[in-house]
Amino acid sequence: MNSISNIKAITKRELAGYFSSPVAYVFIVIFLLLTGSFTFLLGGFFEYGQASLERSFFIWFPWLYLFLVPAAGMRLWAEERRVGTIELLLTLPITAWQAIVGKFLASWLFLLLALVLTFPVVITVNYLGSPDNGVILASYFGSFLMAGAYLAISCMTSAITRNQVVSLILSIVICLVLVLCGFPPATNFLTQLTDTGWLVHLLATFSVITHFEYFTKGVVDSRDVVFFLCVIGFSLFTTGVILRSHRAG
Amino acid sequence: MIKVDNLSKSFATKVAVNRVSFTVERGEVLGFLGPNGAGKSTTMRMITGFIPPTEGTVTVGGHDIVGDPIAAKRLMGYLPENAPAYTDMTVEGFLGFIAELRGLHGDQKKKAVRRVVEMCFLESVVYQSIDTLSKGYRHRTCFAQSIIHDPDVLVLDEPTDGLDPNQKHEVRSLIRRMGERKAIIFSTHILEEVEAVCSRAIIIDRGRIVANGTPQELKQQSDMAGAVLLIVRGVGGTQLVERLSGVANARRASIVKEENGKVWARVYPRSQNQNGDLARNVLAAAGSWQVEELHTEEGRLDEVFRGITLPETEKQPAGTQ
Repeated sequence: MNSISNIKAITKRELAGYFSSPVAYVFIVIFLLLTGSFTFLLGGFFEYGQASLERSFFIWFPWLYLFLVPAAGMRLWAEERRVGTIELLLTLPITAWQAIVGKFLASWLFLLLALVLTFPVVITVNYLGSPDNGVILASYFGSFLMAGAYLAISCMTSAITRNQVVSLILSIVICLVLVLCGFPPATNFLTQLTDTGWLVHLLATFSVITHFEYFTKGVVDSRDVVFFLCVIGFSLFTTGVILRSHRAG
Repeated sequence: MIKVDNLSKSFATKVAVNRVSFTVERGEVLGFLGPNGAGKSTTMRMITGFIPPTEGTVTVGGHDIVGDPIAAKRLMGYLPENAPAYTDMTVEGFLGFIAELRGLHGDQKKKAVRRVVEMCFLESVVYQSIDTLSKGYRHRTCFAQSIIHDPDVLVLDEPTDGLDPNQKHEVRSLIRRMGERKAIIFSTHILEEVEAVCSRAIIIDRGRIVANGTPQELKQQSDMAGAVLLIVRGVGGTQLVERLSGVANARRASIVKEENGKVWARVYPRSQNQNGDLARNVLAAAGSWQVEELHTEEGRLDEVFRGITLPETEKQPAGTQ
C-alpha cells in the first residue's frame, strides 16, 4: 500500500516533469509527424488498397522507436545524477525499486499517450474500408509493449552516466542490435556469411521485430508478451544494480 | 539518536573516512568541521544511507541504516550539499512531492507545506518554478524539504552555504531553535557558526576525527586561550617583551604589532586556568607604562582548527586532496 503510493507520487512528478518543459510537446509532435508521413508517404498506405495498418503503419514502429524512445528515456536517471537530486530521492524513505518503477511507469505512460494520439490513422482506415479492428488493437498492444522494452533499456543506459547524450547513444545502439538481429536483410546476410542457420534463427528470437510481427498479424501469443516483459524486467533490474554500484563507489 | 560506530569508507584509491565514531543525542547540535575533502560529506552520505559504508555501522533512532533503511530514513531529514532540487517544479509542487514521499497526504500535506514555507520565509516564491529562484531561495527550499515531516534527526550539509548574512542568521537561529528538540548534525566551513549554534563540535581531517568537544573546550586548546593582550603607548617593543616575559605565570610574550607609537603585546600563560592572575600580574609589571587596553583572550576556534589540520597538510602537500 505504502509502496504503491510512493510509486504513484514519483510517477506523477516525473510525468509532470515531461509537460513542464517543451520536451513533451516537441516529442509528441515529431512522433505524430513521423508516423503520419511514414504511413502515407513511405508506407504506401493508399497504394496497398487494403484496409490494414500492418504494412503501412505498424511496420515502422521498431525503427521509429529506435530514436524516439531513447530520447524520451535518456533523462530519467542521467538528469538526477547530474543535478544531484538522486541524493535527495534515495535518502527518502523509499526503496530504489520504487523509484525505478515509478520513473519507468511515468515514461511509459507518456509514450502510451503519444501512441494513443495516433488514433486519426485508425479513424482513417475505418472510414475508407472495414479493417479488422482486433488486429489493430493487438498491434497497438504489441507496440506499447515494445516501447516499454526500448524504454527499460534507455532507463538502464541512463543510470550508467550523468550525460544524457551518452545515454541516448548507448541505448540506440543496444536497441539497434535488438532490431537488426531479426531484420530479414540482416539475418539473410548473416546466413549467407556463416551458413549456420540455427544460430541466426536463435539470434532472431532475441529480436523485437520477430516478436512484434506476431502482434501486427493479430496474434497475441503469451511467449511474445513474456519476451517483452522479460526485457523490461531484466533492464530495470540491471538499472537497480547499476544505481547501487554507483553509490557503493 | 544517531550512533556512528567505527565508520569507514574507502573508494578505489583512497580512504575517505577512517574509523569515525560519535553519537548525537536529542537536544544536541553537532557541528561537523573540517577542510575541504576531509570526509564530511561522505560521512553524512553514509549516515543518511545514500552510500553504504565500507565498514562500521550507523544507527538512527535504533534502526540500522543498512539493515533497516526505510525506518531509519523516516526519522531523518537531509539537506545534501549544494541543495539539489527538481528545477522544473514550483516550490509548492516540490515540497508537496517530498511530503507525499514522507507519507503525508491531503490536509496533512497541505499543512506541512504551509508550515515549512512560513518557517523558511518562502511565501513570496511559493508558486515560482525553482529554476527561476536565486541561490538563497533555492537553498532554503531544499532546507524546507528536509524539515517537512518535522523529523527527530536532521543532517544538514553546509546549510548556510551561499546565503547572504541575513539569511545565514535566520537559518542559524532556526537550527538553534530546532536543536532543542532534535538531534542535528551540520557541517560548515564557517567557524563563527559553530560557536553560535553548536552544543558540540567535531573536527575531521583526512577521514579521521581529530577533535571532539564543546566549542568552549575546543577554544581552550588554542595557544591563545587565556593569553593577555596589552596595548601600551610610548614604550619600545624590546623593552616591553623583556619585562613581560618575566611576569609570574607567563610562558612567553610577543609583539603583535607596533603602530603610531602604540605597541600591541600578547603574553601567553603557562597554565590555562583563566582566573585573572596573569592579567593582574601583567598590569602590575606594566607599572608606570601608559596602558591603553588590557584583556584576556578566550582562544580562537580558527586558530585551533588551523593548528590541528594545517601541519599535517603541509607535511603531505600533494596527492591527499
